[in-house]
Amino acid sequence: MISYIVKRFAIAIPLLFIISFITFLFINLTPGNYFDRLRLNPQISEETIQKYVKLYQLDKPVVVQYFAWLRRLLHLDLGFSFTYNIPVTKVISSRIFNTLLLTISSFLFTWIVAIPLGIIAAVKVDRFWDKFISCLCYCFLSLPTFFLAFLLLYFSFLTRILPLGGMISPDFEEFNFWGKIFDLFRHLIIPTLVISLGAIASLVRITRGNLLEVLRVNYILALRARGISEKRVIYIHALRSAINPLITIFGYQISGLLSGAALTEIICNWPGLGSLMLQAVRSQDLYLVMGTMLISSLMLIVGNLIADILLGISDPRMRLSGEKIG
Amino acid sequence: MNILKDKRGVFAILILGGLYFMAIFADFISPYHYAHEERLFSYAPPTRLHFVDEDGNFHIVPFVYAYKWKLDEYKRRIYYEDKSQIYKLKLFAPGDEYKFLGLFKTDIHLFGVDEPAKIYLFGADSRGRDLFTRILYGARISLSIGIIAVLITFTLGLLIGGISGYFGGVVDTILMRVVEMFMLIPGFYLLLALRASFPPEIGTVKIYFLIVVILSFIGWAGLARVIRGIVLSLKEKEYILSARAVGCSHLRIILKHILPNTASYTLVAITLSIPGYILGESALSLLGLGIQDPVPSWGNLLTDAMSIVRIKFYPWILIPGFFIFLTVMAFNMLGDTLRDIYDPKRRL
Repeated sequence: MISYIVKRFAIAIPLLFIISFITFLFINLTPGNYFDRLRLNPQISEETIQKYVKLYQLDKPVVVQYFAWLRRLLHLDLGFSFTYNIPVTKVISSRIFNTLLLTISSFLFTWIVAIPLGIIAAVKVDRFWDKFISCLCYCFLSLPTFFLAFLLLYFSFLTRILPLGGMISPDFEEFNFWGKIFDLFRHLIIPTLVISLGAIASLVRITRGNLLEVLRVNYILALRARGISEKRVIYIHALRSAINPLITIFGYQISGLLSGAALTEIICNWPGLGSLMLQAVRSQDLYLVMGTMLISSLMLIVGNLIADILLGISDPRMRLSGEKIG
Repeated sequence: MNILKDKRGVFAILILGGLYFMAIFADFISPYHYAHEERLFSYAPPTRLHFVDEDGNFHIVPFVYAYKWKLDEYKRRIYYEDKSQIYKLKLFAPGDEYKFLGLFKTDIHLFGVDEPAKIYLFGADSRGRDLFTRILYGARISLSIGIIAVLITFTLGLLIGGISGYFGGVVDTILMRVVEMFMLIPGFYLLLALRASFPPEIGTVKIYFLIVVILSFIGWAGLARVIRGIVLSLKEKEYILSARAVGCSHLRIILKHILPNTASYTLVAITLSIPGYILGESALSLLGLGIQDPVPSWGNLLTDAMSIVRIKFYPWILIPGFFIFLTVMAFNMLGDTLRDIYDPKRRL
């Protein structure tokens, strides 16, 4: 198990470097850079711009620039954000918590809601609740994230029960500790719903499918034949085997969650990595783009690793072979 | 055809058929050209079709009233109907000139009304362009981009997955490392970074293909991995050994004997992944990084809705979103139906 984790990390790190190099190359292929735009501003003299260009070696070939960036990376220095005028690490670290908060809350919400709904649908298969839940799932599965965001924001605009985007109220600093938490929570609801509803829909369908499949297996028949109560059969015996494969889904979900969170952040004005990335891309803030890419990939890698470890704990076959079992 | 026995499948095919039909004949069905502006009718609400006029007479042919507007206390335009004259809805009415299916020039549209009345079935946007028209034209981009991107993705994914699984060894290791590399980046961030590598404002045709390439570039990796798995299990089968024994080339074995066996999986996966590409295009265009105004796509039509106040005053600007929803749902239904037919074991 441990050797498997080490192996995965060993593979991931060189891959990260290749990704970062390719991104670097791509961004440098773009005609123009941040300073070309600064030149349009008559208040900034050519000397200042030249000073910055020299400082960040932007006049050197791309490969030299990349290795300079890499060397700084080893000192945990991601370079300097041109737009924010502070080191990239500072910009990102102020955002990373927000994205994590949003991703984790959506993730928890998804699993807490989806598993019971999936069980209900499977237990009441082909009856009213099953059909009702399945029908809802179909709708939410097809509802685009951004459209759902518009609808929810509009709804809260009409009812005025929830804040419209952003992460904190303007008078946040005046609240006491619990008031602050409550304010944050209120702002968290809409983005969390936007990210989760689609994920819930797919997880419900998978849970239902898995549980139904397990309920058809012979040992369940045997349990029933022995007269064990239906509740015990479902919740003690069937559920356990039905949930195990879901942990594999956990790993696949992370990438989708991060992407979904990014788009939601942009629409709901949540100050996270996704909205930062869009900003950086729009203003061609080279090092900020690189840094955000790197950190988001790192988050995905760590997430996958956690999923692998969980899988190892739940499925002994993985610990032995070290291969992912689909 | 089994698919026609399934209610869901029939429903999905009807919806998709209708949408694609509307996209193909967009210039004929729509009453205006997509860039036809009427600045005087900025955010005009959807035109109501009437059957009964002011005097209580019933008309078999629906008619509309012309719009007039006044300013309210906030200097906002309030549109109202000028009931003094009725304008009958005309079939095959002359309007903006266009080239029918790119073949011949004509100005005949399926329906229209005489000036000065306007027919805005879904209302108008900020520049007084007909939203119904723009949705139809937008369908051309939004509905085709998914299919083209999916075809490129699947060609790449099948070929690379096939080669990787079939040859194994070093080739497999290298290809799978590349695949893993792509899977290490959250899709949306990669999408933005790739988009950033190209100048922000380029022509519509160029940006269309750029989006296709970017979306396929992101999507092929996951597929290649699955196909590799299937091929790995297939290549040990006797008929592959026998094909090799009679001297078939590797390429022939991959293309003729192995990949066709992944067809049922592929068909289902294609159908279920089209929505992802449609959503990718919409998201990019929504953020102003994709198809640019005045050319409409379902994504950039929704850009207006980024402001909630605008949704409040002009709720019809949300309509393009329903079209995206409908399309995605129809593709999901079709995919599920196909899966039930080809792969009953994985039925959800």
